[in-house]
Amino acid sequence: MSGLPSHARVVIIGAGIVGNCVAYHLARLSWKDLVLIDKGPLPNPGGSTGHASNFIYPVDHSKIMTQITRDSLRQYQELGVFRESGGLELARTPENFQELHRRVASAKCWGESGEVVSPERVKSLMPFVNTRLIRGAFWVPTVGVVDSLRAGTLMRESAQQMGALTLSANTEVQGIVVTGGRVRAVRTSRGEIQTEYVVIACGIWSPRLARMAGAAIPLSPAVHQMISVGPIKAFEKTTGEIGYPIIRDMTTMMYERQNGGEMEIGSYAHRPILMEPDDIPSIETSKLSPTELPFTKEDFEPQMAQALELLPDLLDDENAGIQYAINGLLSLTPDGGPIAGETPEVKGLWSAAAVWIKEAPGVGRMVAEWMTTGEPELDPNEVDVARFQPYARTRRHVRARTSEIYNRTYGIVHPREQWTSSRNHRLSPFHSREKDLGAVFFELAGWERPHWYESNSRLLEHYGDRVQPRPNEWDARWWSPIINAEHLAMRDRVGMVDLSAFAIFDIRGPGVLEYIQKLTVGQMDVPPGKAVYTPLLNRAGGFKSDLTITRMTEHSYRIVTGGSQGGIDGRWFRDNLPADRSVELHDLTSALCTVGLWGPKARLVLQSVTQDDVSSEAFPYASAKQIDVGSVPVWALRISYVGELGWELYAPMEQGAELWDLLWTAGQEHGLLPVGIGVYATTARLEKGYRLYGHELDTEYNPVEADLARPNVKAQEFIGKEAYLKARAEAPAAILCTLVVENNVSSSGERRYMLGHEPILTTAGEPITDHKGRRSYVTSAGSGPSLGKYLLMAYLPPEYARVGTQLKVEYFGEHYPVTVAVAGSTPLFDSTNERMKG
Amino acid sequence: MILAFIEGERNPISPLCLQALTFARELAAGQGMPLEAVAFEREAGDLPGVLQRHGVSRIHRVEHPRLDDYAPEAWAKALAQLMDRARPQFVLAAATDRGNEILARVAAVKNLPMAANCIGWAPGSPPVVVRQRWGGSLLEEAALHAVPPLLTVAPHAVEVREIETQMEASLETFSPVLEEKDFRVRVVAREETHPEGVSLRTASVVVGGGRGVGSADGFRVLEELASLLGAAVGGSRVATNNGWRTHAQQIGLTGNRIAPDLYIACGISGAIQHYVGCKGSKNILVINQDREAPFFRRATHGVVGDLHEVLPALIEEIRRIKT
Amino acid sequence: MNVLVCVKRVPDPGARIELAAGDQAIETRKLGFTIGPHEECAVEEAVRLIEKLGGSATVLTLGPADAEEQLRDSMAVGADRGILLETEGDDWDPAQTAAAIVAAIRAAERQGSRFDLFLFGNESADAGGFQVGIRVAQALDLPCITGVKRLEAQANKVLARREIATGWEVYEVGLPALLTVREGLNSPRHPSFRSLMAARKKPIERSRPERDPVGLELLRLRLPPDRGTSAEMLGEGKAAVPRVIEVLKELGVLQA
Repeated sequence: MSGLPSHARVVIIGAGIVGNCVAYHLARLSWKDLVLIDKGPLPNPGGSTGHASNFIYPVDHSKIMTQITRDSLRQYQELGVFRESGGLELARTPENFQELHRRVASAKCWGESGEVVSPERVKSLMPFVNTRLIRGAFWVPTVGVVDSLRAGTLMRESAQQMGALTLSANTEVQGIVVTGGRVRAVRTSRGEIQTEYVVIACGIWSPRLARMAGAAIPLSPAVHQMISVGPIKAFEKTTGEIGYPIIRDMTTMMYERQNGGEMEIGSYAHRPILMEPDDIPSIETSKLSPTELPFTKEDFEPQMAQALELLPDLLDDENAGIQYAINGLLSLTPDGGPIAGETPEVKGLWSAAAVWIKEAPGVGRMVAEWMTTGEPELDPNEVDVARFQPYARTRRHVRARTSEIYNRTYGIVHPREQWTSSRNHRLSPFHSREKDLGAVFFELAGWERPHWYESNSRLLEHYGDRVQPRPNEWDARWWSPIINAEHLAMRDRVGMVDLSAFAIFDIRGPGVLEYIQKLTVGQMDVPPGKAVYTPLLNRAGGFKSDLTITRMTEHSYRIVTGGSQGGIDGRWFRDNLPADRSVELHDLTSALCTVGLWGPKARLVLQSVTQDDVSSEAFPYASAKQIDVGSVPVWALRISYVGELGWELYAPMEQGAELWDLLWTAGQEHGLLPVGIGVYATTARLEKGYRLYGHELDTEYNPVEADLARPNVKAQEFIGKEAYLKARAEAPAAILCTLVVENNVSSSGERRYMLGHEPILTTAGEPITDHKGRRSYVTSAGSGPSLGKYLLMAYLPPEYARVGTQLKVEYFGEHYPVTVAVAGSTPLFDSTNERMKG
Repeated sequence: MILAFIEGERNPISPLCLQALTFARELAAGQGMPLEAVAFEREAGDLPGVLQRHGVSRIHRVEHPRLDDYAPEAWAKALAQLMDRARPQFVLAAATDRGNEILARVAAVKNLPMAANCIGWAPGSPPVVVRQRWGGSLLEEAALHAVPPLLTVAPHAVEVREIETQMEASLETFSPVLEEKDFRVRVVAREETHPEGVSLRTASVVVGGGRGVGSADGFRVLEELASLLGAAVGGSRVATNNGWRTHAQQIGLTGNRIAPDLYIACGISGAIQHYVGCKGSKNILVINQDREAPFFRRATHGVVGDLHEVLPALIEEIRRIKT
Repeated sequence: MNVLVCVKRVPDPGARIELAAGDQAIETRKLGFTIGPHEECAVEEAVRLIEKLGGSATVLTLGPADAEEQLRDSMAVGADRGILLETEGDDWDPAQTAAAIVAAIRAAERQGSRFDLFLFGNESADAGGFQVGIRVAQALDLPCITGVKRLEAQANKVLARREIATGWEVYEVGLPALLTVREGLNSPRHPSFRSLMAARKKPIERSRPERDPVGLELLRLRLPPDRGTSAEMLGEGKAAVPRVIEVLKELGVLQA
């Protein structure tokens, strides 16, 4: 049985649904010499695929997860293994009922169907539900079930028929050989295979496999309890697997679905039960399979009572016994998303892990395209393995976060929800000062960033209603009117903002100009000391990132990008380094801290602590200089994301506190105040119409649509240029606009404040779709305190993208009138940027 | 002296009983002790002849007017009385239903430890036995803190061997003192059954089915193959729990233990519960879709494939050969 | 009729058993626990009897505190109450176990319980000693029928059948009596939701039993040598048929 080749192009480890999908899509993209191995038998090797409940809900609050699921659903349909049943998400409490409206909003934003229905309608769709318990439901007619084992088999066979795939079951991986940072071979129980690529698609075992190669796939095996009850009398006459809608009881965090003559009940409500990948039992010592662990009844008890009261007609039957009950293992990650892409640690080592049934074909396609061209069609940013910073790959962090996230699976998660576990990992040198000032910290990529400062609460009285207080608890959750007060005070005086979370890369070497030109849209051949804000594009012309690059010397540049993008952008820059080693890259993220000093009084403050000339003539906008601030050597970059005069001041991490104290002391006479990220990333940004990666910018949109195209295109080649030129030549399908909410008073008389990801509708209340099929939705929302407005950003098709166009935004089921205030990137506040010129 | 309990129903001495005798004789030889036997059966055929070929030097034949059929309490009391008189250093029996029951009852009456399903033994003080747990999937070494130790010998722990130079066995009658009460548990009637087809326990070929068969209907193809091969049909615990076969047809720890020349296991993964029921088979052919069902590692022959594909093709081919 | 059923908490292993460090027990960290198939039938039979004849069913176990799970499982299919003789979870030999059970029965009877029928499994699924029921019967001077696979009970006597190679032995005893039963006696039910929930509220009496000196002392456990034969693979799917035919002929199962 040792048909194992000695060489392969790609070794895919894991023959569950994910590995099979990756194999198929690679074969479809003309890859040959693929080897798919699994330590278990086929068709069910004993992983999580084998016990999955196999139903698919297309709507998710995340755009990319919805898109991946939609792609998966289409693929399952093409394979003929999908059966539509419809789905009902039930709400027992007012909070859950509110949440249903947010589900509808997400459905409308991402182009899915779904509506809120009454208990009576629920009864007509699923007659066994005790509707006295519920307030309503989110009805999604496109929900259904798939046969994931069959789908995997069909995918695999298809790859075999293309002559691309060798299959080897019962083959255990014993080692992954890595030399020079690149994967070379896989050692198995049936011999060694030399290979260029390894794809780890083995679910809960993936961390073990990654570790063999010296890389990390930060997921944790976690128990999800599931039982099957039957025979159900009411199902005696139904034929086939499923004849009734699948229920998600959102309040109790359970699902109930028909499976033939039985009812399958699963729970996300029980305590998080995590496992170490090394403790997963072997196939032979398992009673059922390694991922079907013994059921722990006591954990499931409350759920039984809840299922019983919800579906008494089905479940309250002496003859309906528990036929099957498991603690099923599934993969959980620290942020709940899948883990795909090439590991930052090892070239050629790819992850396709923590992928659930509803996502597998989509992720399979994504990974295959990514391996083929470097650029999948769907935006991989949110699922990229490189999003995990080193601290986030530690076991302790993974355990803490996955414990916290388990109960979020069906929970109501606020868009600004903060983590309670595993905090305080990356602290700026200003941290203790900030704490003393009453900073309320939000986390980004492990960094603790002050979102606002309670010490600024005294400003509230001064600014009165201009801070736009929010009466509704949901709108005000994880928010404070102090943010708006800080905003106004900064525009009046001067504020300092901790920006130490920035990821910073210095690149240098004789080939650096050619190298950086290739990666950026902007012209990088500028004099030393000049800073350029530029998009990074992929080949298809979509946004990979946007960042600021400063030429330091003839042969060196400094790249500054957002903290959460550090891992992904860093890998992109490293991957594209020239092979001749004419450019080297240094990651200074942990070496430099950053404080932003902005406001009309910023120059007064800075000049008072430095001998260097910081006048506009000596230090113009978009330039950088090395200056002395007391004894602190500071690299000062005159730039602003808040629309005010000022600098980003970069200093050695260990002198950060010193810098802070110097500025703080000097600033007192000018009314200097600490300002949080609430201002920096939302209010001030929105007033200036600045785009934020991951909100306005992703691979779905191009610089023309985002109105970030420059008048001229540089002569040099760069990645995405062809697509960029094409986009410039065409009329854009959508244009990023800033909208103003005209009236935010709800039907109950309460002022409401959108938070982002709400559908933009026509005045008739219809969703808006551009000719590329993309819906218009709120990409960012926030106060514009200086304007006295509430601002939204959204891409709109050209016919709507005109100043003055009247539209609507839907928020918790109600429609509010909005007007297009800006079509494009012109700032709504200080449109000629006079303040920044200072 | 070592005392072996001899049982036999209509057919005087079962192979399992002979295995126990071999085990007892080797034990006796190691201890330099004579081997004696106790028998209750009335129509025991040429009992002395058989027993002396196994090294038994004395036979205690238990006689009592009321001992006409199996009465376990009375048998145990009789054996206990014999032990009081003959003072054996060990008492052994085959680990059959009856052997285990009688020795357990003697152990209870005399408050002695009893070790069931032994496969080995080491002298010492206390003596140590090796016995089976989990139907033989696990072995236990245990010390027996009493004299005489009582133990039953697991099936197939040793192969039956007769001795080369035999001595004549003397025959002694033992008349126990029994009361009416000792007969409160006794066989009051017997019901013969005539199982349809071939008996699982004695068949030389057995076809078994498990989870992979999928349904009661699915067994038809197994029955067809069995009828062509003159085989008996059995099922795993999954098959009997699902009602696809009756419990009487279960092969496994809590069902039948089979020992055919060939066992054809179809769609059975090979969990302990099942394997201990069939491990006496000389050959095991496993047909399973799961290439590495654990059963393949314990089989002599394997076919990877869906039984619902393989068996019809096999049946067709056998038919073709037969005609 | 009042029935007492004795059960044992045992691990529910897969195809291979692993030993825990120290070789005194099997590795159970990843295993579930259950009661043996014989005992499942004993519990089911007790429940059927009280459903038919009235009375109550008590389930008793000797084992670690976690053995409450097995008592609850039994109560979830219809037993009324539980008695847990709590040990440290180490191995008790059959005589020690029987003595503890006898003491518990006597204690229960002193408190007014009367049992008409005592049901045990024929042997435990793990240790397989074949004797605890018999020892309890001896101590309580109860008539005892072992290996019962068919049972007809009346208010004051039982008719029990035991399967042998050629058919059935029929026994009849008056009550009270003790029976050890075998799988196949009945088809045990699965617990329903409501019964499972109700089982949580049923009473369990806990006590710590006295322990007699050991007679059959577990020294260590070990795994038998693996048969270790890797099967000769005859092929895949239908393509294997010619080789299978050859093997059948070689073994004399099919006439050449």
